[in-house]
Amino acid sequence: MASLLFRGLQFRPLCIYSSSLWTKKVGVLCCASNSLQTQNVTTHEKPKKVATRNQDKTLDQLLKNYEAIIGIETHVQLSTLTKAFCGCAYNYGSEPNTDICPVCMGLPGALPVLNSKVIECAVKLGLALNCKLSLNSKFDRKQYFYPDLPKGYQISQFDVPIATSGYIDLDLPVEFGGGHRRFGITRVHMEEDAGKLLHAEDGSHSQVDLNRAGVPLLEIVSEPDMRTGIEAAEYGAELQRLVRYLGVCNGNMQEGSLRCDVNISVRPRGQDEFGTKVEIKNLNSFSAIGRAIDYEITRQVQLLSQGLANQIVQETRLWDDGAQKTVTMRKKEGLSDYRYFPEPDLPEVTLTKDYIDSIRDSLPELPELKRRRYEQMGLSMQDVLFLANDVNIAEFFDATLSKGADAKLAANWIMGDIAAYMKNEKLSITEIKLTSDELAELISSIQSGTISGKIGKEILFELIAKGGTVKGLIKEKNLVQVNSAEIEKMIDKVLAENPKQVEQYRGGKTKLQGFFAGQVMKESKGKANPGILNKILLQKLNANS
Amino acid sequence: MLNSINHHQKLLLHRSPKCLSPSPFSTFPLTLTENLPHPLTPPSKPTSQILSIRHSLLTHQLTAVEIAESYLTHLRRIEPKLKSFLHVADEEYILNEAKEIDNKISRNESVGLLAGVFVGVKDNICTGNMPSTAGSRLLEGYRPPFDATAVKKVRELGGIVVGKTNMDEFGMGSTTEGSAFQVTTNPWDASCVPGGSSGGSAAAVSARQCVVSLGSDTGGSVRQPASFCGVVGLKPTYGRVSRYGLVAYASSLDVIGCFGTSVADAGILLHAIAGHDRFDSTSSKQEVPEFKSQLTASDNFESRPLQGLRVGIIRETLEDGVDDDVASSIREAASHLEDLGCTVTEVSLPSFSLGLPAYYVLACSESSSNLSRYDGVRYGNRIAAGELTHLYGDTRAGGFGPEVKRRILMGTYALSAGYYDAYYKRAQQ
Repeated sequence: MASLLFRGLQFRPLCIYSSSLWTKKVGVLCCASNSLQTQNVTTHEKPKKVATRNQDKTLDQLLKNYEAIIGIETHVQLSTLTKAFCGCAYNYGSEPNTDICPVCMGLPGALPVLNSKVIECAVKLGLALNCKLSLNSKFDRKQYFYPDLPKGYQISQFDVPIATSGYIDLDLPVEFGGGHRRFGITRVHMEEDAGKLLHAEDGSHSQVDLNRAGVPLLEIVSEPDMRTGIEAAEYGAELQRLVRYLGVCNGNMQEGSLRCDVNISVRPRGQDEFGTKVEIKNLNSFSAIGRAIDYEITRQVQLLSQGLANQIVQETRLWDDGAQKTVTMRKKEGLSDYRYFPEPDLPEVTLTKDYIDSIRDSLPELPELKRRRYEQMGLSMQDVLFLANDVNIAEFFDATLSKGADAKLAANWIMGDIAAYMKNEKLSITEIKLTSDELAELISSIQSGTISGKIGKEILFELIAKGGTVKGLIKEKNLVQVNSAEIEKMIDKVLAENPKQVEQYRGGKTKLQGFFAGQVMKESKGKANPGILNKILLQKLNANS
Repeated sequence: MLNSINHHQKLLLHRSPKCLSPSPFSTFPLTLTENLPHPLTPPSKPTSQILSIRHSLLTHQLTAVEIAESYLTHLRRIEPKLKSFLHVADEEYILNEAKEIDNKISRNESVGLLAGVFVGVKDNICTGNMPSTAGSRLLEGYRPPFDATAVKKVRELGGIVVGKTNMDEFGMGSTTEGSAFQVTTNPWDASCVPGGSSGGSAAAVSARQCVVSLGSDTGGSVRQPASFCGVVGLKPTYGRVSRYGLVAYASSLDVIGCFGTSVADAGILLHAIAGHDRFDSTSSKQEVPEFKSQLTASDNFESRPLQGLRVGIIRETLEDGVDDDVASSIREAASHLEDLGCTVTEVSLPSFSLGLPAYYVLACSESSSNLSRYDGVRYGNRIAAGELTHLYGDTRAGGFGPEVKRRILMGTYALSAGYYDAYYKRAQQ
């Protein structure tokens, strides 16, 4: 399609702005050829000028004139012990059709019974997203036919979801410009997952695996508040952080525990009316979300700027990660009629104030509050985001601080040497042998002057890799920093042993200070504090001149 | 039909169908427990068959195997004409169950209240060891991997599930002619229908093929066939009995009900299957009262035992369109209650006439949803096709009978966008 457009730019410039000349044929552009000939003959000179003019108009400038309206629907698979309406366990990767029972298979006569943990997770998430909780909500049947939907309907919530009207606060990554954002949450509701279809390669048949049928989901619908791919990607990342912090979901997109679908439309800036909405599916990572949105915005802006708005249709597109573009999956022929009606097999869900309060009291400190707290400690935004955005790292950091360590020093250690080690060895902070207690001890040992910074780095490596205690290692390897008096003695010794260099220094070769410092360091077996060493050395060297 | 009954059979029958008029109130008054008659004398008043059998077993007058054999012989003899069963359990299975009971009794172990009692089960109630078709071609041969809770309770009390009874397909109908497999005759008159949708269960009890049976009632499907067949039919309050294992028709209306030849038997069966079930969220948590012991012989009361009880009779149920015989039977019952001491008052329910249309809207809507699962993909009889929509279409077109299709279409229409408020929501209100 792009190549046809390009051809259009070169040979039929005027046709671009009069869409009546183009006919649509299943997404491929054709043009009535008769009118072309005349156009070409009469406007021979103009094409070149218009072409260059268009090429000059860069994409960035185009984009500035348009605004993207983005909303995201996220499905969160709850990590409850059993499914939503029956006692089956769910284990990702099990042999097909081994985690099933009459209820989740939809056998005749089977009835759903609600797993109360699902409500607990929904309330937790609703509170964490600052939502208004519905004290009386209900389940509804959403009806459609598909082989992975055993009952022919999905138990969901339609008009009275358990949580509505919330918001989520987040910080954009520093490398993308940073900045604080607040995005609205329209609703959160409970529903059950469907099974999986496995299609044969030759297309001759498909197989149904019902292991996943009946697994509890929370669907989170955002307000269409996002404007760029980065904002959308970070929204997804923050939701992942949140569900991991709350312990309601493991947030693994590769496993399908967290799934995001994007709705996007584009309109010229200043226009109130929304553009045509396009849905994008098959987004398996946050970066894919960002790239898909950027691609789609570009695609739509290009079409709009050429007056081809009618080629943007309301449809579902798939993100093709290999080709890095969105492709048409199916066109939406109007809205589906799901024939919703209240689920007669399940009673209403009633929440009491006491129940909600007890859950609120049990919530951990959430990422947003953590970030604000770290910010107030004087840490840079980069540090704040690194430390707060991983629940385990944050825990480690907080534990280190609770032992009295200085925030900035602890941050530096964690983000520096410790992070480097974790990256190299592909370990998480819970897997390394260093404990937060020992990190705190290390920091205070350096601060008190017991050991030098250099020594500190060395034993850190050992602590991470093998464990042990700071005090133990200091003792074992006799690493205590030498005190000033001893340094002075060593300096005197070195100066006495190298009279020639002393004279050269005093004659003007000040660079020799490094030589002396090195010698003293060697003498001290590295246990001299460089700062103190150089101070005393300079005093001595400059004393007699 | 019942001419060549053997001696033992006579013990258990107290009337032959030809000599009694089919009045649903001929079971009054109740007599049971202490005053059980001598086994050789046919009792003149209805008793509890269940308790008679229990008495015979515990006093070693009969064995469970003997009782089972005589019932089974009788069942088989009349079944070709009656056709009340879609499936009869293996003889070996039945006699083994009976033998087990005899063994327990000989070891002086306690046996449940339903020990040795033949129980018929409507074919829309799941039984793990027998097919459950709900009267439909689509489920022909389908065998569930579990027992309905009600069936489980019957078996726990020693009841012998003798077979699955005929019914209108998926419970939709009131004559049992809607069954995809066979037509059940009314034991009293072969030219009459047994009623429906639990026609098979009613006929089987009426013809003494089994002692009691389970049916289901959504819009009268236990009560009406009971009346047609001259037996007691009891529809419990919604939620009194677990629906787990009952093939759903209209989820907010379905109940499992009881058939018996006496109120006592129907009551004992109800007590056996009633109670909260954790597999059914709509089952009531209210305690099941010990009402079996409250079924007392009226002879034991002073006159007017129901003194002080106020009973309402709905005016609209006796108005136009009601058969004269039916109206007079109801009035007879009302005056009988007055004799027993009740105060009977006429009340008016102006919205009564809306009951039937409301029922149709609700039942059809819910059933259109409950029957969505029958698509041939995971179970049931699939008509293969090259394309998914054809698979669904052919399987359901071929597997469902005309009445079922009609109700699914009506229900789908009533729930569809733009009509939900006008139909389903209003019917609920």
